Amino acid sequence: MLTAVPTSYYVALSAILFSLGVAGVLLRRNAIIIFMSVELMLNSANLLFVAFARQFQTASSIINPAAMSGQVFVFFVMTVAAAEVAVGLALIVTIFRHKKSIDVDDINQLKG
Amino acid sequence: MKQRKRILLIGLGALVGLLALPTVAWAAPLMQEGHGGGGGSVFALIPLIIFIPVIGLLINLAFGKHLGETWVGVVAIAASTGAFVIALLQFFGLQGVDYHAQIIPFADWITIGKLSIPWAFQIDTLSVTMMLVVTGVGTLIHIYAVGYMHGDVRHNGDPARFPRFFVYLNLFLAAMLILVTGNNYLMMFVGWEGVGVCSFLLIGFWFEKGAKQVGNARAARKAFVANRVGDWAMLMAMFLIFWQFGTLNFHEVFEQAEELHAKHEVAEIHTYSELFGLDSAEEGHGEATHTETAGAGEHGGEEAKMLGIVITSIALLLLIGATGKSAQIPLFVWLPDAMAGPTPVSALIHAATMVTAGIYMITRSNALFHLAPLAGETVAIVGAATALFAATIAVAQFDIKKVLAYSTISQLGFMIAAVGLGGYVAGMFHLITHAFFKALLFLSSGSVIHAMEHGEHATHETAHAHGGGGHAAHDDHGHGDEHGEAHDDHGHAAADAHAFDPQDMRNMGGLWAKLPITKWVYLIGAIALAGLPPFAGFFSKDEILLDAFNDNNYLVLTMLVIAAFFTAFYMTRQVLMVFFGKARTDAAKHAAESPLVMTIPLMILAALSILGGGLNLPGVHSLSDWLGHTIEGHAVAEFNPTLAIFATTVAVIAIILSFLIYRAKPNTVEEADPLEKMLGPLFTWLKDKWYIDELYDLIILRPYGWLSQASAIIDWNVWHDFFHDSVLANTFRGGAHLLAYGVDLGFIDGIANWLARVAKGIAGAFGKLQAGYVRGYALGVFLGVVMVLGYFLIAR
Repeated sequence: MLTAVPTSYYVALSAILFSLGVAGVLLRRNAIIIFMSVELMLNSANLLFVAFARQFQTASSIINPAAMSGQVFVFFVMTVAAAEVAVGLALIVTIFRHKKSIDVDDINQLKG
Repeated sequence: MKQRKRILLIGLGALVGLLALPTVAWAAPLMQEGHGGGGGSVFALIPLIIFIPVIGLLINLAFGKHLGETWVGVVAIAASTGAFVIALLQFFGLQGVDYHAQIIPFADWITIGKLSIPWAFQIDTLSVTMMLVVTGVGTLIHIYAVGYMHGDVRHNGDPARFPRFFVYLNLFLAAMLILVTGNNYLMMFVGWEGVGVCSFLLIGFWFEKGAKQVGNARAARKAFVANRVGDWAMLMAMFLIFWQFGTLNFHEVFEQAEELHAKHEVAEIHTYSELFGLDSAEEGHGEATHTETAGAGEHGGEEAKMLGIVITSIALLLLIGATGKSAQIPLFVWLPDAMAGPTPVSALIHAATMVTAGIYMITRSNALFHLAPLAGETVAIVGAATALFAATIAVAQFDIKKVLAYSTISQLGFMIAAVGLGGYVAGMFHLITHAFFKALLFLSSGSVIHAMEHGEHATHETAHAHGGGGHAAHDDHGHGDEHGEAHDDHGHAAADAHAFDPQDMRNMGGLWAKLPITKWVYLIGAIALAGLPPFAGFFSKDEILLDAFNDNNYLVLTMLVIAAFFTAFYMTRQVLMVFFGKARTDAAKHAAESPLVMTIPLMILAALSILGGGLNLPGVHSLSDWLGHTIEGHAVAEFNPTLAIFATTVAVIAIILSFLIYRAKPNTVEEADPLEKMLGPLFTWLKDKWYIDELYDLIILRPYGWLSQASAIIDWNVWHDFFHDSVLANTFRGGAHLLAYGVDLGFIDGIANWLARVAKGIAGAFGKLQAGYVRGYALGVFLGVVMVLGYFLIAR
């Protein structure tokens, strides 16, 4: 078996991906790009889940139901993300129909 | 024909009353077996003496309107007769128990701690005497009133008045019987007030009549208010009695009083300076009496003196109470005005019964007066002065009832003088005979007035007979013009025919031939009052004079003899003016005798006035013996022929003098009284009643008016305008302003507004954060996460 890629690499990659996501959310104005950035952040988290899961997980057995929980969490996140995308894209479509724009800075009517 | 039927019915009523009760009396002993035994059971009937009149009045009150005059009369008379029968039963019952006083408890009334006041009946010779007089004379007057009030109904267009009159009369009987049967001062006071109310109601019976349509109502009010003054003194006396003796029951109070007397524990108070503690030199007197008898120290003497002062005060306050009810100086002013009431009322209440309550009360309290010689003397002097004073006024009156009213005051003065001198039997004797002859005189005068009104009526009928009969208003001219105002009896009668006064003796004259029955009974009453032997008045008056003589009280004796002189004088004057000479008005010419229902009671009373002296004939002393069972220690005075002859001579001289003055030609309204020509201003002085009403007006009523006006001004200007409107209202307004603007708006609202402003400010500040830029929110979330994570990284 080849020497495995150390977990710290995954963590660093995940941090980079997350930072890219954050920057995308904070800096971009296009709602779809922001959306994609959010997905990026979710997936950076997923990467971290599986990375840590590979390093720390014990053998799976009937006695230990927590085995594979890192991977299972990733599926949950992906499912929630998919649902979120469905709702979010629907909102974006509706907003676009309404305002002929998906620039989030134009959607500022709800304010104090 | 109709008349005879009425009389038969009324006689039937009287019979029913008379017969129904012996049955009860006979049945009663069976129920009362073993309750004292013997004649004791008759006494159990005593509550009926009050309840029978009450039942009578309730029947008339409820059904009077539907019964019709005759049956209303029958009910009232039956009730009165029933009460009389009960009184008679008590009379016979007392003989069965050797004249011992009976106390019949009926109900508990007030029980508070030491104070226990039952509604109990006192049956002794004194109260039975009063019961017999009240119910006996009362029954005769009830019968008379049926005839007298007959004309009244249509005159007022108010048929309810006839039953109302009899309701009042029965109510009066009930109240008067409570007064005389009560066995304690408070029960007596209940009756005392009850008769006062009835007096008020009956004086004001024709309340819409009199001067300015309020004269009679004013007279009623005057009587009530004057009586209140006396009632105040009665209450004070009762408070003192309770304070001193701890009870209000007659027998307990008098037992204690007699004990005190027997032990010489009461210092006798003889002068007012002693009473008010002004005379310090006299202080040794009480001590001396005490040390002589009981040998106690100085302290005991002081106590005895104090006791003497208390008992004398009680007796003097009782005297003031008596002056109110029995119309003595200074509270007599109401009685002449009380003549505004219907004549049967004047006879029953204001001559025969109610006004004698004061004499009864003093006689009842003889044990107390026995301990207070000063009070006794005062009573005697007040009585004698009233007797003289009222007799002089009666000489110069023209109103037939006013003469009798002042005569009543005068005769009550005789009785009060008698009881003041300790001559309780003489006082009670005169009370009885006076009830007979004064009721007779009043009722006869009512008959005369009745006759005059009919004469007046007849005159108008003839005058208008060919005038088309348009004078409907006069057709039913009954009586009711009996006025009560003090000043309207002179001058006003002369004005015109409409102001014709059927009571003015100057309008009468020549009635001798017109009134065949009334004239004789009137003459009998007048002679009895004047005190000629052998009529009733002679014996009773003589006994009073004898008591004054034996008491060596020559001041009282002199005043009473002079009063007796005037009595004979004014009665002769009255008889001459009413019955003799020529008829001075058309009304007198057409006068007609009253119906039998009125004259039969007159005849009975006339018989009693003649024979009444037989109650206590000199040498026999039946009344003295009878009352002696209740009034202890009363010496029977023996007949003194010299004094009797002297008194009779005085009366005869007065009659002759009066005859000489008035025989020639009694005056009409326009002319001056013959006596006025001789006496001049003195006559006017007497005619205007010594200006006592004016004096009272000046010293009491006007200052009172001024005081009330001043009070009204103070009330309105100071109290209302200043205090209420300015001080109170402004203070309140200021306070409200302060609360509304300062506290509510300023403080409470301030707090609320401040809270609102703070919340608004905070909200505004936070609102700025919500700029609507989604990326801003995202940055916020990011920074927050960084901070939380930073915290965990650094802190751990």
